[in-house]
Amino acid sequence: MSYYNEEDLGRFGEIAKHKPELFEKFLAWYGACQEEGALSKREKALIGLAVAVTVQCPYCIEAFTNSSLENGSNMEQMTEAIHLASAIRGGASLIHGIQSHNAHDKVSM
Amino acid sequence: MIQTAVQITRGGRSPFPKSPVSFDDKLGGAELRAKAIDVLQVNVGKLCNQACKHCHVDAGPKRTEIMTRDVIDECLRVLRENKISTLDITGGAPDMIPDFRYFVTEAKKTGAKVIVRHNLTVMFEENQTDLPEFFAANQIEVVSSLPYFLPQQTDAQRGRGVFEKSIEALKKLNAVGYGINENLILNLVYNPTGAFLPPPQTAIEADFKRELKTRYGIEFNNLFTITNMPIARYLDWLRRSKNEESYMRKLVNAFNPATVDGLMCRNLISVDWTGNLSDCDFNQMLNLGLENNAPQTIAEFDFGKLNARRIVTGSHCLGCTAGAGSSCGGAVAEGT
Repeated sequence: MSYYNEEDLGRFGEIAKHKPELFEKFLAWYGACQEEGALSKREKALIGLAVAVTVQCPYCIEAFTNSSLENGSNMEQMTEAIHLASAIRGGASLIHGIQSHNAHDKVSM
Repeated sequence: MIQTAVQITRGGRSPFPKSPVSFDDKLGGAELRAKAIDVLQVNVGKLCNQACKHCHVDAGPKRTEIMTRDVIDECLRVLRENKISTLDITGGAPDMIPDFRYFVTEAKKTGAKVIVRHNLTVMFEENQTDLPEFFAANQIEVVSSLPYFLPQQTDAQRGRGVFEKSIEALKKLNAVGYGINENLILNLVYNPTGAFLPPPQTAIEADFKRELKTRYGIEFNNLFTITNMPIARYLDWLRRSKNEESYMRKLVNAFNPATVDGLMCRNLISVDWTGNLSDCDFNQMLNLGLENNAPQTIAEFDFGKLNARRIVTGSHCLGCTAGAGSSCGGAVAEGT
């Protein structure tokens, strides 16, 4: 059995079962965040895709891939967004290398 | 109104997509009726120089079904005798049938606005190179499919090399004034290159205008977003790619009641190459005629009996009511 089942995306609403009022608040927030605002829906879908890849959520990746397509993005644009997210993630690791340097310097002559 | 008996199948399978919820259930029991006949949409046949993956007509170069002069004359008679403001000529590639230019020039004499759904590449076929000038001379409104402003998506759907030819064709249309002169309207059609819904029309239109202008110097008037209808060749693709279930769920979940008022079946009547009538081009391809007590052929056309007819529906109709809705003129409502 896989820990991730594709069908579970359609069952998302079941998470409301034991605490419906919190899930309702989440849905309202989640929906409002994706509405057209100072950023376009397409920009928000691309941000969503980048974050989805970063948090490595297969449900979010599928959802925001579709959302990006349905807001007119193409694979070149989506891949750029994915690269940027990945590069930031890589850079975040790399910048911590300075801590290693600092630690090294502290104990070294 | 639920679909009646249909003889056609898709490789032994139903020609209708399998939906978790019926269209009529989504309508909530409301009766769908025509409220006018503003558009006579005539599908002059299945002959086409292309064989696009999403084609709801199953059109292609080997198809031989084309409209005869007799049926065209019946359509012209109906235009002359009734107050129908627009003739919308489609196919296949309508420009390829022998009587296409006769149909257009005679139709213009009736005073109707004439729209031709022109696939762009046909103007590079033998004896068709003067199509831009012919369209311009008759002030035809040209509607052409260009699923995306990049080659990969366009060729994946419409065939290898189609994008490059389409760009050349658009330049030729621009050269005679289409998309530039106010009387020469050039509208493009976006449709998704896969199992997803179209983007908001105004947003993607702005993208197309910017990209086509900066990349190729091309201008056009409007972009229509059209949802892929889950029938015919596109349904075959959905099934082969195992997307039928998820696509139909997507259409059901995106059902938008605000689209119902603007559905094209409510102000359009569709004629097939033999003269049979349908509520739309999609019903036509499913062999769905009009409701039983309505006139069934163009020869029997009776405005009074047709303009409040009950619309024949099926699960495929969910394609016209999803999101911002879909019609031959693009979106019909605000998206959800």
